[in-house]
Amino acid sequence: MAAPQAATPQTTVPVLEVEDLRTVFLTDAGPVHAVDGVSFSLGPGETLGIVGESGSGKSVTALSLLRLLQEPARIVGGSIRFQGREVLAMSPRELRDWRGDRAAMVFQDPMTGLNPVKRILGQVTEHIVSHGRMPPKPARRRGIELLRRMGVAAPERAAAAFPHEFSGGMRQRVMMAIGLANDPALLIADEPTTALDVTIQAQILDLLRGLNQEFGTAIVLISHDLGVIGSVCRRVAVMYAGEVVEEAPTADVLEDPRHPYAWALVNAVPRLEAPAGARLTAIEGTPPDPLNPLPGCRFAPRCPFRIARCDTEHPPLMEVAPGRRARCWVTADGRSLPRPTVPATAERRAPATGEAPLLQATGLEKKFVLPRKSLFAQPAMVHAVNGVDLVLRRGESLGVVGESGCGKSTLARLLTRLHAPTAGRITFEGQDITTATPAALRSLRPRLQMVFQDPYASLNPRMTVGQILAEPLLAHRRAPSRAAAAERVASLLDTVGLKPAFATRFPHEFSGGQRQRISIARALALEPAVVVADEPVSALDVNVQAQVLNLMLSLRERLGLSYLFIAHDLAVVRAFCDRVAVMYLGRIVEEGPADEVITRPLHPYTVALTSAIPEPGRQRVLLGGEPPSTLRLPQGCAFRARCPVAQDVCATLPPLAEVAPGHRLACHFPGALAPLPRQERLP
Amino acid sequence: MSATTATSLPRATPRWRRRLRRYGPAWFGGGIVLAWILIALLAPWISPYQPNAVDVTARLQPPSATHWMGTDTLGRDVFSRLLHGARLSLAAGFSVVILGALIGTAIGTIAAWARGWWDEGLMRLTDLVLCFPPIILALAIAAALGIGPLNTVLAMLVVWWPKFARLGRALALVQRSQEYVEAATVLGLKPRRILLRHIMPNTLGPLAVLITLDLGNAILTFAGLSFLGLGVIPPMAEWGSMVAEGRELVEQWWVAAFPGLAILTVVVGFNFCGDGLRDWLDPKGRTQ
Amino acid sequence: MSRYIVQRLVTAVMMAILASAVIFLIANFVPGDPVLAQLGDIAASDPATVARWRAKWGLDLPLWERYGIFLSGLVQGDLGTSIATRRPVLDDIFQYAPATIELATVAFLLSLVIGIPLGIAAAVWRDGWVDSVARVVSLLGVSAPTFWLAFIMLAIFYGGLGWAPGPGRLDPIAFPPEGPTGLFLLDSVMAGDWETFGDTVAHLVLPSIVLAAATIGLITRTTRAAMLDSLQQDYIRVSRAKGMRERTTILGHALPNALVPVVTLGGLAYANLLAGAVMTETVFSWPGLGRYTFRSAAALDFPAIVGITLVVSVTFLLVNLAVDLSYALLDPRVRR
Repeated sequence: MAAPQAATPQTTVPVLEVEDLRTVFLTDAGPVHAVDGVSFSLGPGETLGIVGESGSGKSVTALSLLRLLQEPARIVGGSIRFQGREVLAMSPRELRDWRGDRAAMVFQDPMTGLNPVKRILGQVTEHIVSHGRMPPKPARRRGIELLRRMGVAAPERAAAAFPHEFSGGMRQRVMMAIGLANDPALLIADEPTTALDVTIQAQILDLLRGLNQEFGTAIVLISHDLGVIGSVCRRVAVMYAGEVVEEAPTADVLEDPRHPYAWALVNAVPRLEAPAGARLTAIEGTPPDPLNPLPGCRFAPRCPFRIARCDTEHPPLMEVAPGRRARCWVTADGRSLPRPTVPATAERRAPATGEAPLLQATGLEKKFVLPRKSLFAQPAMVHAVNGVDLVLRRGESLGVVGESGCGKSTLARLLTRLHAPTAGRITFEGQDITTATPAALRSLRPRLQMVFQDPYASLNPRMTVGQILAEPLLAHRRAPSRAAAAERVASLLDTVGLKPAFATRFPHEFSGGQRQRISIARALALEPAVVVADEPVSALDVNVQAQVLNLMLSLRERLGLSYLFIAHDLAVVRAFCDRVAVMYLGRIVEEGPADEVITRPLHPYTVALTSAIPEPGRQRVLLGGEPPSTLRLPQGCAFRARCPVAQDVCATLPPLAEVAPGHRLACHFPGALAPLPRQERLP
Repeated sequence: MSATTATSLPRATPRWRRRLRRYGPAWFGGGIVLAWILIALLAPWISPYQPNAVDVTARLQPPSATHWMGTDTLGRDVFSRLLHGARLSLAAGFSVVILGALIGTAIGTIAAWARGWWDEGLMRLTDLVLCFPPIILALAIAAALGIGPLNTVLAMLVVWWPKFARLGRALALVQRSQEYVEAATVLGLKPRRILLRHIMPNTLGPLAVLITLDLGNAILTFAGLSFLGLGVIPPMAEWGSMVAEGRELVEQWWVAAFPGLAILTVVVGFNFCGDGLRDWLDPKGRTQ
Repeated sequence: MSRYIVQRLVTAVMMAILASAVIFLIANFVPGDPVLAQLGDIAASDPATVARWRAKWGLDLPLWERYGIFLSGLVQGDLGTSIATRRPVLDDIFQYAPATIELATVAFLLSLVIGIPLGIAAAVWRDGWVDSVARVVSLLGVSAPTFWLAFIMLAIFYGGLGWAPGPGRLDPIAFPPEGPTGLFLLDSVMAGDWETFGDTVAHLVLPSIVLAAATIGLITRTTRAAMLDSLQQDYIRVSRAKGMRERTTILGHALPNALVPVVTLGGLAYANLLAGAVMTETVFSWPGLGRYTFRSAAALDFPAIVGITLVVSVTFLLVNLAVDLSYALLDPRVRR
């Protein structure tokens, strides 16, 4: 992928000039400064990314730009100039005429952004008409044209459809058509791909980039993912605690971040090309309390490079190199931050291949019968898992990756026997548990534990952390008394890096990362042999994700755990697992050593998945289309319809066969689709 | 992201006003309900006259110092009858709703956990009862069973349980798929423990809200059936029948007006209580 | 869509047949003795009279035979003969139904016209004075006993102030308008009899307000809650970001979504108004189905009770069917 180019030089009036923007939330405890003096400017056709963790103020900034905030949020200072006009001085009427006409916005969740009871075309064209751009009839023609340009399949038919008939990716294309309907000079996209799968995300990012080049629309892209921003935006502003802490060309930040927070962001993300098993760089701590701003640098308490001045003096945004600004005393003199020292990881114990497998699945299948729509309708069937063979050995971590709907979460629930399989066999520690009774399972459960995806839903809101952790101990008589249980709870909390005093608190008093640590502690309470982790980090910010992953890695070494690690993010799996299995529509399509599968993928789907990860320099194999419905299984290879190298023979199901020692593949044309070579440094 | 978390923050109105808005209705409603419960319990000791003491010399007297709410056509003290009426109304309301809730949620929970044919059968039965207009069905059943408070409560029960069956089923289905229930299963806890420690505490909240709101409803319906002559056998004091006795007496408004007002206050009390309970149980508001 | 309609229709018919069986069972299995209720204590003490009476009304036949007779009659539109009025139940129902339909429909329209705008306004100006008004109105509406409210209204506006006419559908000395429908509003307009029309309207004001009170409360609450929910959705923000007028955003985007639950409730409310008219009609001496129901219930007039319950249940089912169908019109996700 080529680096996005600035369309025009910086001589004309900027599209957007933001100066010292301040937005507060009025709460009972006092005003929360969500956006605290943000400044930037954006020329015609330029692209700017805003990156930061949740709570950094990036989304509030985006909403402030179009003055879309609602009580109790209020813009209290600064200026926003659009092509020289002051947005904050506009009357409601002027604001209305400007929004959706010259400046547009695309939101995060395409599933809720479209009105469910209105037809697509009306939603795309209503503001073309209301802004007086066109009468209804030509507007409809333009609407269909827009849908076609956004890559909506069969736009004439789509125009008359309702939103629920579309997938998330298609809806986001419709949202983009809505945004671009009046050919605005500025498009603000707030996490437009966060809710989408990686291959769909790649399609949408490609579209954004193309629109910028074709129409010269200036783009502000908000994301928590520097990789996403890097693939669209030339410049990036890194936000922390309501402030811009670094603003520079994206490539420079990725290569040589000058603010320690940007440095942490860059290094917390697992990279595909990093050495296997490398620890991620995670900074401890949490963002500062927005109610009590610190006198010095807001990042100082968490900063590994902190100097004395940082605690006392608030740094301004200073020019640290030509075209680069950073809010840091350490790099103020133009120096770079050191590269993270990769902590040496303990030599991985080679999984005992000779031993009998700990957990094994053979021909595993699961079908769900959907509730009937009416008394007479044929019940529909979801084919969630369609024949999975899997082996997990002692001391090993096996990653299972795939996009949403591929059956990976169902697989996790089958292996822990939360669901009963429709067909196939599961053995755990040599015992057949396929049809084990609940009572028989209960005695096995302590050895086979699970960590869930949603740190908010997986802890009972009405129990304290102490009760949550003590419950399994007492139920399985692992603690002779309550006092002994309390002692064990304290040590468990300590193991996962939490204070023992937290035992008296309720789950809602903790952050997402802390809750996930509690979940892990609960899984560890019974000293399991296997932990099945269902997307344990996908709901977390990158830095917290790094913290939790590091914790799980060290627990594995200390306690000799085996993990079955479900994820949608290949880079995370690469950082965490010895072996990886790639799933598509309920079947494993490729399985092997993580290194090998990810750096030298043989299945076209794996190739597409690895290439879709937004990392600078990565060339994409763009996949058309979307995964087929799980309601009707396709004949033959399920990936056939999207596969660039599919041929007639793919109508027969390829078997999962060993192509190299420990590397299995289900494809008629192994390696026919080669990964594209990496592109070297951005120009 | 930050926007979604932050917009849920309350606006910066003064703290006491927000607390009042938040807890005021619950306290107000709770106070009314508690007062009525006390009245019902203490009625024989606090009422100035016997509720059924006829005094033909003092018929249809307007409210005065001797008869605070006047007297009815038989010269009975409206105030005393009103205090005694609270016993029957509250007892009927509580028994209908609590029994209805027990039967209904049991059926709904069984349907949800058993799935398959049990679910189909029980839910079709629920649909069947729900396809009758409740008042008409209760009226028909009560008429068939015969006049009297017990029969009326029975008739109301027949039409009352289905909504709790629906709610119970919905709650059980939600709970089944909660990740913390799955987590408890993975921990190898016994089903009884999961039910008692994890599922029940999290379903009792919504159930309590519906029960509280429904109590007002049940009292209204019972009074309505009594008004139509089904709830009680005269001369038993009951609010609905007291209104019925006074409904022709437009000039002597006190005979019908006060018992109706009593019903109104009880129902308002339960409504406030239910709304307050719902706000209070909402976990979002409990963080601080 | 048409498949959906057919499915709903078949389900409704099945439910109606089941319902008839249930009603018949209830009417026949319960301990109340119609003989006693109808003949009085003295006549009931003579066994011969009782036997004759039972044979006349078919009460001596076995249960399933009676249900067979009942069903075959049902198919021919025969609901049996009322024990109390000695007329075919269907004739009675046709005679009393228009009064109730007129009252319930007016009350229903009243509650929609008041409840929906009030609910919208309360949601849009949340925590403002409109919201407070809406809250009080809906609370009092759902909490006040209908029969008591009827009495109070009558006592104040008829007895006290004399602003409203007394009970009944028309002035006692007035003649009902000639017309085919039995709905006085419609008939008087068709006959061009404006005096009767005015009289009818005047007589409708109090009972329809009383009957509508609870429904207004429910509809206001539901509309408010649905609007608040709808206004928080992303598509509202999208509409604002598109630069649509606030009015378009609220009425064009938020309202259509909020109407889905309101329609469900509305359908239920209309059916309940038809049924709930029992008390209002009793106080206002309204010659409708409600009073007929009450009288039949008090007299244990089983053919009449069965007939009414059946007719009302079928109406209930039809209204629910209409709700389901309008659902499909309002919400494309329901359509298949």
